[in-house]
Amino acid sequence: MIETLITVLSALMLLTGGAFAVIGGVGVVRFPDVYTRLHAGGVTDTIAPLLIVGGLVLQSGWHLLSFKLLLILLFLLFTTPTASHATARAAMAAGIEPVTRDGRSASGDSSSNT
Amino acid sequence: MTSVLLGTILAILTTMALALWRAIRGPSVFDTIVGVNVFGTKTVLLIALIAYFSGNNDLVDVALVYALINFLAVIAVLKLVRQRDLAASREPSDD
Amino acid sequence: MRYYFTLAVTLVILWLGLSGVYKPLLFALGAASVALVVWLTERMEVLGAEHDPATLSWRLLVYWGWLVGQVILSNIAVARAVLDPRRIQPTLIQVPVRQQTNMGRVTYANSITLTPGTVTTWLASNGDRAQVHALLADAVEGLETDAMGQRVQWLEGKPR
Repeated sequence: MIETLITVLSALMLLTGGAFAVIGGVGVVRFPDVYTRLHAGGVTDTIAPLLIVGGLVLQSGWHLLSFKLLLILLFLLFTTPTASHATARAAMAAGIEPVTRDGRSASGDSSSNT
Repeated sequence: MTSVLLGTILAILTTMALALWRAIRGPSVFDTIVGVNVFGTKTVLLIALIAYFSGNNDLVDVALVYALINFLAVIAVLKLVRQRDLAASREPSDD
Repeated sequence: MRYYFTLAVTLVILWLGLSGVYKPLLFALGAASVALVVWLTERMEVLGAEHDPATLSWRLLVYWGWLVGQVILSNIAVARAVLDPRRIQPTLIQVPVRQQTNMGRVTYANSITLTPGTVTTWLASNGDRAQVHALLADAVEGLETDAMGQRVQWLEGKPR
């Protein structure tokens, strides 16, 4: 009974994580500028690892493998903000202007990738 | 369970393809870096999933090492883009 | 001195977790590598306040739990924005940073960046304000109410 419950929960977490990853990937392609794409990248970098690693840990239970997976998760969650911040800061320093509310409404919502 | 793992692997591969598309299209070098960063973190998850899919548990260690390398690579490339020099010791003051 | 103790204990746990093979020879190699890393860290002079065992407390666990909840909520918001890009309202705003310590400020800035929809683009060198790029109007409101900043101040506990 518990066994089945864990399997179902793990499957749900894995599939939801995969779905969020794809949505984030679509956002990376679809959004209009570097900074907004960074937010979409953040979706694939935070909730996808959380759910997928969570699902895998549920499958292996108390095992050395779980420790390693949680270490991967911890490391990803500590480093992705740093990488995002470094990218945003470097883009700012390079003088790339963020698309603002007004600029976006002036040019319609046609993104640069059409 | 195998089919669930396979489905998740396919989802991750789709995300990687989208990120790669963004990395190739650009238009600025920072878009490329965003794409490569997403591609790299998804590689870590992909390797971890493949470890479970194939039952080859040693692959989890590869995923761990990949997580470390990917972060360093992104930071190193950003530094190279910004300062044109990997050995530069000071941040250019922009604040 | 207690900085070295925390570092050594962390490294031993890391080694035990990653190795998985427990034989006398490997234990010796592990002990040697831990000693090597501690010695190198001492030479590089990179040990600082973040190795203070006092930063690890039950408050950190409570904060992480709250943060994971926030991350899930903002993920759902950003995912909805991806499916309907007309929702996005990119804005650059300045937020005050009220934390006392550098650790607190970095934790706050990193937490802002970790939650999707908000990225810290710049933190003032004297650490009293930060520039944040936000994707959605809700996120701007959330930053202005300063719920996260107050949590980090609570995490800092008593100012040193």
